[in-house]
Amino acid sequence: MGMASIIEVEHLRKDFGPVRAVDDISFEIREGICFGLLGPNGAGKTTTIEMMEGILSPSGGEIKFRGHPIDQRFKEKVGIQFQSTALPEFITVKETLELFSAFYPDPRSMEEVIELCSLSDLIDRDNRKLSGGQRQRLLLGIAIIPYPELVFLDEPTTGLDPQARRNFWELIERIKAEKTTVVLTTHYMDEAELLCDEVAIMDHGKILERDRPDRLLSKHFQGVLVKIPEPGNPDSLPEGATKKEDGIEIVSGNLERTVRELLEARVDLHGLSIHQPDLEDLFIKLTGSRLRA
Amino acid sequence: MKKFFAMFKARSMEFVRDKGTFFWNLLFPIVLVFGFAFAFSGNNDTLFKVGVIGQADNSMPFMQMKQIEFVRYDTQDGSITPADVVERLRQHKLDMVLDFTNERYYINKLSPEGPVLRRLFTADADRGTRAASFIQEEVAGQPIRFVDWLVPGVIGMNMMFSCLFGVGFVIVRYRKNGVLKRLKATPVSALNFVTAQAASRLVIVVLTSIFVYAGTNAFLHFMMKGSYINLLLLTTLAVVCMIAIGLVFASRLKSEELASGLLNLVTFPMIILSGVFFSLEGSPKILQQISQVLPLTHFVEGARSIMLEGAGFMQVLPDYLYLGGLTAALLFVSSLMFRWE
Repeated sequence: MGMASIIEVEHLRKDFGPVRAVDDISFEIREGICFGLLGPNGAGKTTTIEMMEGILSPSGGEIKFRGHPIDQRFKEKVGIQFQSTALPEFITVKETLELFSAFYPDPRSMEEVIELCSLSDLIDRDNRKLSGGQRQRLLLGIAIIPYPELVFLDEPTTGLDPQARRNFWELIERIKAEKTTVVLTTHYMDEAELLCDEVAIMDHGKILERDRPDRLLSKHFQGVLVKIPEPGNPDSLPEGATKKEDGIEIVSGNLERTVRELLEARVDLHGLSIHQPDLEDLFIKLTGSRLRA
Repeated sequence: MKKFFAMFKARSMEFVRDKGTFFWNLLFPIVLVFGFAFAFSGNNDTLFKVGVIGQADNSMPFMQMKQIEFVRYDTQDGSITPADVVERLRQHKLDMVLDFTNERYYINKLSPEGPVLRRLFTADADRGTRAASFIQEEVAGQPIRFVDWLVPGVIGMNMMFSCLFGVGFVIVRYRKNGVLKRLKATPVSALNFVTAQAASRLVIVVLTSIFVYAGTNAFLHFMMKGSYINLLLLTTLAVVCMIAIGLVFASRLKSEELASGLLNLVTFPMIILSGVFFSLEGSPKILQQISQVLPLTHFVEGARSIMLEGAGFMQVLPDYLYLGGLTAALLFVSSLMFRWE
């Protein structure tokens, strides 16, 4: 805490025709942290991050990098990984890194990029022959070439298999270890929980909550989460219970009392589960929708 | 500059390594030139062809020879002049011209048929026919084969496709698949990117054209009366002009299908109206006027006049000026229109 913010977003707005994709959001990101922008598909995450990257121009509001509006030099100080990018065709991984290295005044050495992103087995491979995970590693490699002060990663693990996702998280940890500020969008809550020091949950173009994941959880859930899939027809429900399509959910601060109340109300406890609330539960609570993962 | 060369290199490697496109760009025009050379090579018959102007005297034994095909030209209605007929002799489309109006006969001294026909005709004169009063005139002209006339057209057409699709289509594809967006996120400027693309294409297309010309010339020995430097200069300017057309399409379009359709809309009229495969001589005036708007016409006509008529720089200057002016205008338009996304 107490660190200066590297980027500030003030009253940011973006309209696509009649659709307001981003609706007057403000936040700042402290230097050196990993900041997660979470939300379901269509929440406005990519639009927000692309305005921060300087790719899209805002319809309103302002973005400041180290206290100044973003300018041409900004592009030399940030690394960007888009959600989907085609790579130049017919050139190899090594040639692609060489190409992008030529764009920056003081690029990272090829060996360092290859080492950081585990690309050594792939350097002579044609871009077109990379798997999903390999591609993302190369795109991350391109993003870190300029020794960026700030790295933007837009849904970097979407579409990857569990193994490739885990590998990719490891790479992000390496970049975080360099004290680089990371801005990450994702709709995977496990990813956010593991990587992010601070998250903002977005839906319908607005930020619903923003804080450290543990603080958000303790703010919204005092206790554990009890789920009963087939409660039958109970006489009454204990305090803090909510009816859902797939059964009832109870946030309980006192598990013993809750179970007693459930028994007294003749709730069918078959299939009951108890778990520590995580970001996914918070997310569903806030956005009212299951994740469209 | 470092950025420029990096992008120039990447784009050029893409071209060389894309085997399909690479060979298509080289082999297609070569096959076309050889194909036409072969198709039009046969001296279809053993007849001599003699052009006849004015009222022929068919009682002359010469006029009755079965081995000679007589082609009669009506110079009365003004559709063809005696000079035009003699020009055909110069270009070896005729082997001899008999002008009964002015009592002259013309042969081409560079044509092997010339002396034979003269011998036959003077034999007639010795017999005391009207041939005796004819005066001999000589012209000199190398034969222009169809393939000599065709080769600038084929190379021009190949240039056009390679520039329009290689720049126009490829940049639209980059825009659609996100390569442009990725570059926009780097410190590379749009101008730097576009110049590198255009420069890579310019070098590739000029080298391809030289290769196709040299490769076919080694076997077919094209007529070349003018200067190679002039021809190369015209080629380079025409390539730049075609690239500029490609850039206009590349500046905004996002859909490859639309780009492909529009590019075809531009290339097809040029193939037909720029005189690539056949001359527009004698076609309706409106078509000829349209053809003068098309840059390919100026390349093809300029190259033909350099190669076949030995035109110098000043004689093709109007073509240079048109291509240069059009290029400047198109580059200006595309620079105003360009968007990364």
